[in-house]
Amino acid sequence: MAGKIVVTGLGATTPLGGDVESTWKALLAGESGISTLEQEWVARYEIPVTFAGQAKVKASEILTPQECKRLDPSSQFALIAGREAWADAGAPEVAPERLAVEFSTGIGGVWTLLDAFDTLKERGPRRVLPMTVPMLMPNGPAVAIGMDIAARGGVRTAVSACASSTEALANAIDRLRSGEIDVVVAGGSEAAIHPMPLAAFAAMHALSKRNDNPAAASRPYDTDRDGFVMGEGAGAIVLETEEHALARGAKIYAELVSGSVTSDAYHITAPDPEGNGAARAVVRALEHGGLKTTDIVHINAHATSTPVGDIAEYNALKRVFGDHLGKVAISATKSSTGHLLGGAGAIEAIFTVLAIHNRVAPPTINLDNQDPEIPVDVVVTPRDLGSGPIVAMSNSFGFGGHNAVAIFRTYEK
Amino acid sequence: MAFSQAEVLAGLAEIVNDETGIATESVQLEKSFTDDLDIDSISMMTIVVNAEDKFGVKIPDEEVKNLITVGDAVNFIVSAQG
Repeated sequence: MAGKIVVTGLGATTPLGGDVESTWKALLAGESGISTLEQEWVARYEIPVTFAGQAKVKASEILTPQECKRLDPSSQFALIAGREAWADAGAPEVAPERLAVEFSTGIGGVWTLLDAFDTLKERGPRRVLPMTVPMLMPNGPAVAIGMDIAARGGVRTAVSACASSTEALANAIDRLRSGEIDVVVAGGSEAAIHPMPLAAFAAMHALSKRNDNPAAASRPYDTDRDGFVMGEGAGAIVLETEEHALARGAKIYAELVSGSVTSDAYHITAPDPEGNGAARAVVRALEHGGLKTTDIVHINAHATSTPVGDIAEYNALKRVFGDHLGKVAISATKSSTGHLLGGAGAIEAIFTVLAIHNRVAPPTINLDNQDPEIPVDVVVTPRDLGSGPIVAMSNSFGFGGHNAVAIFRTYEK
Repeated sequence: MAFSQAEVLAGLAEIVNDETGIATESVQLEKSFTDDLDIDSISMMTIVVNAEDKFGVKIPDEEVKNLITVGDAVNFIVSAQG
């Protein structure tokens, strides 16, 4: 089946807002979701990085106490985003066995895992909660959504570090094209602002150390960038076959044209400096969509604000796009949200869809001095994308050498 | 200091409410944990451990299957206080 796949619902909870509308508004306003961590454990464990992009709205303000008690924070965010997306899509009537979930996380239930180990050490095995395993498993966020909407067509979790939720979109395309499934809720979630992952990412010198000015810390493409900023939250996207969406008169935001996944087999954490794997992912996604490089007008880049990562992505894009790259409006929205790891691809896909739907590319903040080694057209204030068809790409790359790309375009019947 | 039956019932109702959201006034002596209150085995284990902490008693795993009703649990806890 080669029919179109369309986006009919969006949901998110991010460092910029508790839903899609507030997140998008804050993003366009150039706000930063990054702030100093006020938790006592920052000082207790002498965590060297003292800031992050915490969810703007606490999950406990939205979910019931029992939902919070039975779900790891990563699943809480997933459920919030999933419910918003499902409601936004008009709660589609679909046979449960033709409804699937493709929902990722990079790290999984790290709060549950480590809290349970603390309980074991301090209070013994009998005090370890019986719900610990289902709460910590990385498929927990996907299952939370799947149970909520009674998805019986398969609930899966792609785990590929920071490429996870873009890979989930690529997998969703396969499910929908198989003919077995009419509707997929896809996306990803992360809730890893915990002292251990912070210490571990800091130990590998991956994080910005700009403790004195958190809002300026995530600065992709800037000469003074010094690492990424941890973020948390989730994004969910309802994807549907065009046939199914039209039959029920659904509102359609955009078309999901294609997705692709490749791997570097180069280094466990460092990107291939030539960007070979990333370039192959971009080329494949273009080919799958029957697109030319000159069709692309906007890219939501992976651009985490690490010194080497931003250049490696540029090298990959330059090789694929050549001179056309100068005509592409590039947004690096992690400058505002921080890096949601396994949720990053999902919220950036939402930003890409909204850029198409609203015909405006979102800004990149904190770009004071653009790195001369990355001479691209960075969007620094919201930019009108014109009146023609818009084809836009979202990239995600992850530790392990994972590369994932999704391409969206203006929907036309 | 031993807890009275009424105190154990009230304390247990709070534990059940905290774990499941079931209203404390619904937690009555004749109610079955599974059939009336719809409490699953996983929640039951958490309730048992919290009750042990609250009332300072030990409820052996093999005893839990005999605690069919709220009254069974209350009576067990009251007598286990020794």
